[in-house]
Parts: sequence; C-alpha cells; structure tokens
Amino acid sequence: MKSIKEPSQSGPSKPANETLSRLRIIWEKIASNRKALPITIIVGFVLSILIQQFDLVDQYLQIIIMFVGINIILSVSLNLINGYMGEFSVGHAGFMAVGAYVSATLTMYVIPTWLGPWTFPLVVLAGGAFAGLISLLVAIPSFRTRGDYLAIVTLAFLMIVKSVIENIEVIGGPRGIPGIDKLTTLPWVYFWTVASVLIIRNFVYSKFGRGVLSIREDEIASNLMSVNTKQVKLQAFIISSFFAGVAGALFAHLLQFISPKVFDIIKSTDVLIMVYLGGIGSIAGSILGATIYTVLLEVLRPLGIWRMVLMPLVLVLLMIFRPRGIMGMREFRWFVPYYNLFATKIWRHKKEVEDASSGS
Amino acid sequence: MTYFLQQVLNAAQLGSIYALIALGYTMVYGILTMINFAHGDLFMVGAFFCFLAATFLKLPFVPTLLVSMVGVALLGVLIERVAYKPLRTAPRVSAIITALGVGLFLENFTLVFSPYPQSVPTLIKNVTWTFGGLSISSLQIIIIVISILMMIMLDFIVQRTKVGMAMRAISWDKASVPLMGVPVNLIISATFALGTGLGASAGVMYALAFPVIDPYMGILIGWKAFIAAVVGGIGNIRGAMIGAFILAILEIMVAAYISSTYRDFIAFALLLLLLIFRPYGILGKPRAQKV
Amino acid sequence: MKRVMLLVSLMLLISLLLGACSTGAGKNEIPVGVIAEITGDIPAVGASCKNAAELAVKEINDAGGLDVGGTKYQIKLYIEDNAGKADQSASAAQKLATQQNVVAIIGPNASRYAIPASEIAESSEVVLISPWSTNPKTTLDAKTDEPKQYVFRAAFIDPFQGRVVAKFALDNLETTKAAVLYDVASDYNKGIAEFFKQTYEENGGTVVAFETYTTGDKDFSAQLTKIKDAGPEVIFLPNYYSEVPLQIQQAHRLGIDVPFLGSDSWGSAELIKLCGADCEGYYFSTHYAPDVATPVATKFIESYEATYGVVPDDVAALTYDSFGLLWQALQSAGKVDRQAVRDALASIPKYEGVTGNMQFVEGSGDPIKSAVILQVQGDKFVWFANANP
Repeated sequence: MKSIKEPSQSGPSKPANETLSRLRIIWEKIASNRKALPITIIVGFVLSILIQQFDLVDQYLQIIIMFVGINIILSVSLNLINGYMGEFSVGHAGFMAVGAYVSATLTMYVIPTWLGPWTFPLVVLAGGAFAGLISLLVAIPSFRTRGDYLAIVTLAFLMIVKSVIENIEVIGGPRGIPGIDKLTTLPWVYFWTVASVLIIRNFVYSKFGRGVLSIREDEIASNLMSVNTKQVKLQAFIISSFFAGVAGALFAHLLQFISPKVFDIIKSTDVLIMVYLGGIGSIAGSILGATIYTVLLEVLRPLGIWRMVLMPLVLVLLMIFRPRGIMGMREFRWFVPYYNLFATKIWRHKKEVEDASSGS
Repeated sequence: MTYFLQQVLNAAQLGSIYALIALGYTMVYGILTMINFAHGDLFMVGAFFCFLAATFLKLPFVPTLLVSMVGVALLGVLIERVAYKPLRTAPRVSAIITALGVGLFLENFTLVFSPYPQSVPTLIKNVTWTFGGLSISSLQIIIIVISILMMIMLDFIVQRTKVGMAMRAISWDKASVPLMGVPVNLIISATFALGTGLGASAGVMYALAFPVIDPYMGILIGWKAFIAAVVGGIGNIRGAMIGAFILAILEIMVAAYISSTYRDFIAFALLLLLLIFRPYGILGKPRAQKV
Repeated sequence: MKRVMLLVSLMLLISLLLGACSTGAGKNEIPVGVIAEITGDIPAVGASCKNAAELAVKEINDAGGLDVGGTKYQIKLYIEDNAGKADQSASAAQKLATQQNVVAIIGPNASRYAIPASEIAESSEVVLISPWSTNPKTTLDAKTDEPKQYVFRAAFIDPFQGRVVAKFALDNLETTKAAVLYDVASDYNKGIAEFFKQTYEENGGTVVAFETYTTGDKDFSAQLTKIKDAGPEVIFLPNYYSEVPLQIQQAHRLGIDVPFLGSDSWGSAELIKLCGADCEGYYFSTHYAPDVATPVATKFIESYEATYGVVPDDVAALTYDSFGLLWQALQSAGKVDRQAVRDALASIPKYEGVTGNMQFVEGSGDPIKSAVILQVQGDKFVWFANANP
C-alpha cells in the first residue's frame, strides 16, 4: 500500500512561521481588548502635543503626518457617500474648496492676526458648516437621480464651485489666496481626525446608517419599507460634506495657499482612489487607504516622474485582483459597536434558549 | 451680425471636436454600461500619435489621421482586454476607478516622454477667406466637414451593418445576445476600437486647430464631452452629437457676450438645470427598474 | 488576509523610518534649494533655471568652495520641481525649509508660483530670491502690503515693465488704440496687463478691448473675435511662451493683421520654435539682450554655451545673478545662518550682474534695473532698444 505522502513544507520556513503566529497572537490580544481603544486615543493625543512642542520628529515628517490626517478625514467622509450609500460622487473636492475658502477668508480678512490661534476651531467649524449647507445643492438633485446621472450632478457641482470662486475677485479669483497663517497644528489635526472617525462610525451604526446601507442595496425597495430616503440622503450628504469642509479648512491653514486649481477633478480623483484603495464600506479601510496613498506618494518621490506612472498602475492591478479594495466591506473590530460584533451570537443564543423552552 | 456668425463658426468647430469625443463615451456606455473615463486621455494620445507621425515619419495629413486612429483603436482594444474585461462582473464602481487609473497612467506615461508641450507641424496649409468682415479659415471648414463625415460614417456602421446591429442588440439586452450566436467579446472590442478611433480623430482635429499639445490636455475636454454625452442621453449616438453642439454653443456664446471667465460656470449650471428637469438627457430613455 | 495586513503594516513602518532619516547636508556643505518649473506648462523656464543654477554651483565648487568666515564650504544643491502648480510650489518650499534645512531658496520663476512659495519662506524665515518673478506681490506681504523681510528678487517689477511697454506702444509704434488679451488666472499676466492699461490711458491712448482667458485654455477664438471687432492698432499679449504662439496663430486665422507686443514672458527660445513665422517682427520687453553683452555677461554667456550648447535666455541669466547675490551675502555675513544671510542680503546697495546693474533700496527686496526691447527676427531675438527707469 502506498504511504500517504506527507504535505511538503510550503510557505515560509519554520522559524518565520513561528514569529508570524506569535505576532498574530499579540494582534488578536490587542484587537479583542475593547478597552484599548479609548486608551489609544488619549495616548495619541498626548503624543501629538509632545511631538508638536518638542519636535520629537523631523518637522517635515510632522507636515506629512498632518496631511495624512487631513486625507483620512476626506476619505472617511467620502466613504460615507460612495461606500456605504453606494452613490458615485466626484464632487468631494468642491466641498473641501468651500471649507477652505470660507475659513481662509475669515482668517485673512475678518479676524485680526493675534486672535487667529484662539478662533481657529471656530473657523474650521464655520468652514465645515458652510460646506454642509452647500451640500444641499447636491443632495436635492440626488432625490431624483441616481447612478451615473448623480455622478454628472456632482461633477457639474464641482465645476460650478470652481467657477464661482474664480469669479469672486475679492478673494483672489483664479489666483487664489496666498499667505494664510499656519494655524493647523498636529494636535488639531489629530482632534478633527478622531472626531470625524467617531462621528461617522456612530452614524453608520445608527438607525440612519442602516438606512444608508439599505439605499445602497436597493433604493426603491427601501423606500417601500418606509425608510425615509430623502432624510437619510440629506443627512449623509450633510455629514460627509461637513467633514470635507473641515478637511479643507485644515488644508488651507497648513499649505498656507489655496486656489481654485487645487480643488479640481484631480483632487476629487485622489480622494476616490484613497477610498477605493482602502476598501468601500469600511472605516478602517478609508484610514488605511488614506495613509498608504499619502505615504507611498511621499516615499516614491525619488522616482520622480515615474512615481505617477507607477501609482495608477498599482491601482489598476489592485482593482482587477481585489475590486472591493484592501479591506473590502470588512471592518476593524474596534470600530464596530459592541452589540453588533456579538449580535449574531446573542441572537443564536436566544433562539437556542427559546427552542429549548418551547421544544421540550 | 457678422460678429454673431463668426462666433457660430467658432462654436461649430469646437462642437465637432466635442461630438467626436462624446460619441466614443456614448458607444462604450451603450454596450457595457460603463463610463470609460480614460477616453479623454485616449483623445490626447491620438493627438500625440499625430504629432509623432507628422514629425518623425513626416507623413501628410490623411495617412497621419489613419495612423492615429488605427493606433489608438488598437490601444483601446488592448486596454479593454487587459483592464476592463476582468471587471465585467465586479461592482461598477471598480470599473470606473480602473478607468480613472488607466487615464492617470496614460497621462503620466506620456509626460515621461514629453515633459515639454510639443508643437505639431502644420499639415494643412491654412487659407483665410473674408466675406465682408466675416473671416472663414479653411482649417475650420476642414475640421467641421471631416467631423461630419466621421459622424455619418459612424451612423452608417451602427444602423446599416451587421456589426452595428450586433452592437445595438447588445445595448438592449446583453444576456440573450450570446445565445443568438453573436461573438460578444469580438463586438465589444469592435465597439471600443470604433469609439476610441473616433476620439483619436478628434485629437488630430484638435492638434490641427491648436497645434501646441501637452499630456494634460485630455482631462477637461474629456469631462466636458462626457457631460455632453450625458446631456444628450448617454447611450444614444444622435444624442451625443446634439449634446456636444449644445455645450459648444453655450460656451462660445457666454464667452462672446458675457465674459470668458463665466464660460464654464454658466455652461455647467445650465447643464445641471437641464439634468434636473430631464434627468435622462434629451434623447435618453428612462430605464425601468425592477424591485 | 492577515498576511496582507501584516505586509501592509510592515511596509508603512519601513517607509516611515526611511522618511525619518533625512539626508541633510554634510559638515562643510552649504545647502541651497532651488524650486523650478521643470515639468508642467512652462518647462523651458525651469530648464534654464536648473541649468544656470547647476552652472553657478559648479563654478564655486570647482574653485574649491565658497569662503565663508574663513572656512571653505562646498555648495549642496537641492532642486525641487513644482510641476507648474502653485500648491506644489508651496509644498516644495516647505520641504526645502524643513527637511533639507536650506540656508536660502532660489526660485520659483513665474510669479504665480513664486508668490505662494514666498509666503512659506517668509513664515519659515528662510531667504528666498526669485530670479524671474516681476509681479510686485512676490515681495509684499499678502495681508498688510508691507515689504516682506525674507524675500528678494533679481528682476525689475511690473509697474516699471508695464510702463515700458505702454510707452513703446505709444511712442515707437505710434498707436492710440490698443487691445490686451491676458490670463486672468495668473498674477503676472493680470498685473502687467493692468499696469500697461494704466500707463497707456494716462498718456492719451485708449484700450479698446481688455479680454481674458484662463491658464490652460487653448481656444481663444471668442476673445480674439471680440478684439478684432474693436479695431485696435496693436495687441498686447503679456502671456507665457507656450500660449502666445496659439494666440497669434488664431488671430492670424481670424484675419487680424496688426502688430503684437509682448513682455518678458516671451523670452524663451521655445517661443520661436512653437510660433514659427507667425511671430516675425514683433517686439517684447525683457531683462537682458545676449547680443549686446557687457564683459561680465559675455563671460557667463560663453561659459553657459560651452556647457549646454545654447545661448542662455533671461531666466538663466537672472538665476545666475540670484546665485551671485547669494554668494555675496554669504561671504559678507561670515556664517552659514539664515538670519545673517538675510541681513547681509538686505544691505547690498549695488550689484553688477549679467543682467546689468542692480540698485537695491533699504527695506525693499526689489532692484532698480533697466529693461531692453527685443525684436523677433528670423530664428532669434535681436536687441532693439534700451529702457531706463
């Protein structure tokens, strides 16, 4: 009788396997400990203040980290519309532009310089609020149109915002606003990033969030099931554009220069890439996508022109082999509310109890 | 009056170029329900092939046009096979992102080889005739005439040939066409070849009219032609042509009578309004959705 | 899936670490930054700037280094490409100021890129010298309109240049009706168009058409038709070398046959290459004329031609002069320190450079210089006249 062949040792060699599994065990331990999340947030906040004050990290690296934070806010907010709600919006740069311009105008022309750092959070809020208001221009048409036509609406919106800004000479017109005070600091970026992630995550797992998901699956059916699609769409757009405006305000006070050209279709495309790279319908995915995209673009800088040739190639390959993005529709355990994680288990347990009590 | 007519001529020239690009968008959408966002960049590649053929191969106008169209058609088919085919069953947005990625790749790849704006040598000598204040340049006439010829040719292919019939069949009901013995993949490739070839011819026309080309020229024009196709009713060939000319007229008239800086703003705002009141475009048909 | 996550996080860690190790300049090296438009819409400008920068640094390094306060330093050049984008100019300035810790930044050249970068330089307290920017806003604070402390330039400013061209149109070309087509999205074009209009109308002329377009536009038929309708005797095109050929060719196609005037943005050899016979005989104002060179200029022109095979244009000459100013400032400062260099630069009263004599006034970063008028003849630019302030 022929002996059954032993499966040959495939994959990494034994010691590497062991370290991998050890890392995996550590990861599991951290991931399943829910209390770690608030602690991480606080530690992060303290770190951001320390790094800022004592230049623990290269100043240039600090700028990169701040850009990563801004991109995270952008991609998480766009994920709400494109990922969770299943629409295709290319107008995100337009909301960012509104936030940037409103905040820059306030800082440059309204608020005296010495008051700047103290009123910064209000300025950012104002930027976000205006962006939220403008989102009505997109949300209302979205009631009637869907799919590709909504893409057009958002595109037209983007062009209109750009054109309107170009025609307002008081705020620099097409030449932009140079010399904005550098009010964005690492702690502020950290604060707004955490705020956006928390708020959007809470929205997604709430009653309205369920509505958003149902619209993605089948809008007409969800309408029939008494989901108030108009209200849900309105809220989703307002929240998404609010944070885009916040990101825009932070961006303006970091780069110290904005112009309509900065917020064009290419900017929107950048955010789209971050969202789809990281994975639609996943907050951790957006964070991942934003981080990878920003860092990779920085790291590949020595490649010069080839950097921008390589990046879309990688994107295309990724889409072909993993069309839903890196994280797909999966979510990092910390972001899922406690109940949802164990919902199925609890339900099954309840059912078993019921069966046991009724069956016998 | 002559001022108005002069501007109408300008609009006709611009509209012809938009129309050729919009047709490419609309054809691909009609067959695959996919927006090929790399189309604007294929238009740019067409212009660059024209530049290469005219400068290095020193070909006269007609061979340059053919070389450009065939070259881009082949490129279009290649892109379809490599990048879009694997995504036919994937969620639609992935295909769109892939298209955006392909477009970015084309732009930056061309940038590597041509970081300078390039000047296209004159292929057709220009003659300007003046009729009492109205200047008509032979170049304008040639562009308009060739574009109209292309559109007629396309209409003929789509309405009167077997291949065109297959294309229309696929756009109506994708699932049952293979059952009728139609080689779907071949037809899809043919559609891409035709659509991108037209885009390339638009690139050549554009290079004739505005002989300084650069790798980013396709972006804005591509998006404008896309809007034109949607306004006319995406998937509808005649609609694409109508939409393109409407957009061109709006743009030129706004620049002529109001101000060039309001050009884009008013054009897009009016298009937005049109879409709000006629969400499926001028000649588009609402698609019934089953719940 | 887990493997992917692990790989990704490893990648991120490695890249962060790589980024953290900045490659600074060595002990006896002075880091100098250059921001140039190497790719984008005006790459000929960036190429000239880069070439002149490398030539200037090579001259110093080959001679053993720059003697600052007794020690000889080699110059380490960091060249950043702003890709023809204003926001990238700003981030390039940030990068040079924080990552490479340069003692001074030379560039960007076009005013619309120089202005955002200059604001970053000002807030980071790094010296910035723009070789070619002529719009006054580059050296003025955006909020207060006071002169900036850390920003200087090697070129004259547009209030002067606009006046020069206007006077030329009125006196030499003997016209009374002019039209202007300019890029409203670019500070330089808009600025000089307005200065031109102001002087032209103050001296009895009328600007019959004042049309605009946006950077990147290729179709000027609508605006040119409007201009034609207004019946000007001369048309002023203060636009960059990659746009002017298109504008002139389209104008000719519409049957416009009046002469065209330009400004220093015409100065690149690429203009003739792109424009061909359409630009024959037209005039423009610029910074220097290679065919009527001073001994200082001749030395530079010969050296540049020997290295790069072409005659240097105004961007190259001005970049070389910017470096000259920087060397002088470093030597009189005696130490490699941003503040010291700034103070030394601000106290230079006169400098004789390739582009002529520059006089600096205390408190302003703008030199007082003369301009020249060149004419397009055949395949080169020929000196026509001088214009003094």
